[in-house]
Amino acid sequence: MPEKNNILTVSALKVEFDNHMILDDVGFEVVRDDTLAIIGPNGAGKSVLFRALLGLIPYSGTITWSPDARIGYVPQKLAVAKDLPLTASEFLHFKEKNETVIREVIVSVGFLKEAEHSHNDVRVLNTRLGDLSGGELQRVLIAYALLGDPNVLLFDEPTAGVDIAGEETVYSLIHKLQADEDLTIIFISHELQVVNQYATNVLCLNKEKICFGPPSTAIDKESLAKMYGEDAHLYEHHEDLDPHKHHDLGI
Amino acid sequence: MNTNLIYLLTIGALVGASSGFLGSFMVLKRMSLVGDALSHVALPGIAIALTFGINPMLGALVALIIATFGIWYLSEHSEVYPEALVGVFFTASLSIGLLLTPEPDLLEALFGNIDKIGISDGIMVLTGAILIFVVTAAISKKLLLGVVSEDLAKSQRINVSKINLIYLLLVALVVALGVKFLGTLLTGAMVIIPAVTAKNLAKSIKSFHLYSLGFGIVSAVSGILIAKNFGIASGPAVVLSSIIFFIFSYIFRKN
Repeated sequence: MPEKNNILTVSALKVEFDNHMILDDVGFEVVRDDTLAIIGPNGAGKSVLFRALLGLIPYSGTITWSPDARIGYVPQKLAVAKDLPLTASEFLHFKEKNETVIREVIVSVGFLKEAEHSHNDVRVLNTRLGDLSGGELQRVLIAYALLGDPNVLLFDEPTAGVDIAGEETVYSLIHKLQADEDLTIIFISHELQVVNQYATNVLCLNKEKICFGPPSTAIDKESLAKMYGEDAHLYEHHEDLDPHKHHDLGI
Repeated sequence: MNTNLIYLLTIGALVGASSGFLGSFMVLKRMSLVGDALSHVALPGIAIALTFGINPMLGALVALIIATFGIWYLSEHSEVYPEALVGVFFTASLSIGLLLTPEPDLLEALFGNIDKIGISDGIMVLTGAILIFVVTAAISKKLLLGVVSEDLAKSQRINVSKINLIYLLLVALVVALGVKFLGTLLTGAMVIIPAVTAKNLAKSIKSFHLYSLGFGIVSAVSGILIAKNFGIASGPAVVLSSIIFFIFSYIFRKN
């Protein structure tokens, strides 16, 4: 029986493609209003886990979302054809009819504040998706996810294909969203610094669950070695900690 | 201008508008050639209808609907889009259609003949066009979201596969409507050309749909007028008119 304060409970999750085990016996819980980072090497099944959480692919095991969960999903860098005649405004209108709401959300993802003149939000809204920079497109996608008043946001590598300046704005935006009441954030990342800085809990994944808990304790030499190989070392000051002791900490 | 010509132009404009509008989605979905290939399937349907003395448009429609389910099934149940299979399937139906079609009707079935358009055809085109506009408008957001990102659409509980089937059935309908004007070989062109012309000029999705619809109408009307004045087949006249617009749009396209 999932705990009441959990927004998401996953247990014994298995995903198989063509007899290849992609995820094996993965279980974890996400407490409401938490920020969970999912890390792991390429091919660890991070995006697959997201797709299972969204119900896009078949799986075995259980994924239980709280009945009031409203999920906003930010997909990994969207391959938008440069010549697709679809403006950001038209894209956002797929989900929301009200122009004022769209303005508000586009401002909330930081388009107006950076502007030298006050029409920057209008410029973005009237620009085709294919003409936006990587960072701009990512923020438009975040804006799209924010429409419909979600209480859970899923970010699949929010900064893939985004330049450094754009990366900073995307993460500062995620940081700003964390302050919102009742907003659970689950994000996939490659960057350990980012995980340490923003996540309350981390799930290390390499086909199976390697570690789970607050980043400072869960990510240690052993879990890094299990994910990235023996040479990986980033948090040497934690080497005296026993990872198993900290399993499921924070739940 | 006589009443008959006005009637033909109106029906032609309706066909042009609906193919242009539907085609704008086809081009975005990168399925342009499916419309073209699909049109070949109309021929055996027309042949069978002619043999039994039924309206050829109906025969074409039935054949097209069957083929549409076939394409949809293949695209849903295969890892790779089975382009080659579609190619085989359609050339096969074209060949069968060529053998089945009575010889005096063959040229007309292949390239269209507007002189044979009667009241029942007009009613079918009008009904079909209304259906196409209403249904397409109803599914357009879901369809386009699927073009932008299938995962995003599915994450919003949109049944992408069902939307695709509905869309393909509408394409089958528009091809059937165009068969008498343009013939089975050319009716697919009206789904593609006005849409690619519009894509050269459009800055937004709204203008893209409007331009595409507009080029569909203008191509059909100018083509029919040319066909009538010079006594040539309507199919090539309409398609060549639309290609002239395409060439201009290509020259003046926005980058």
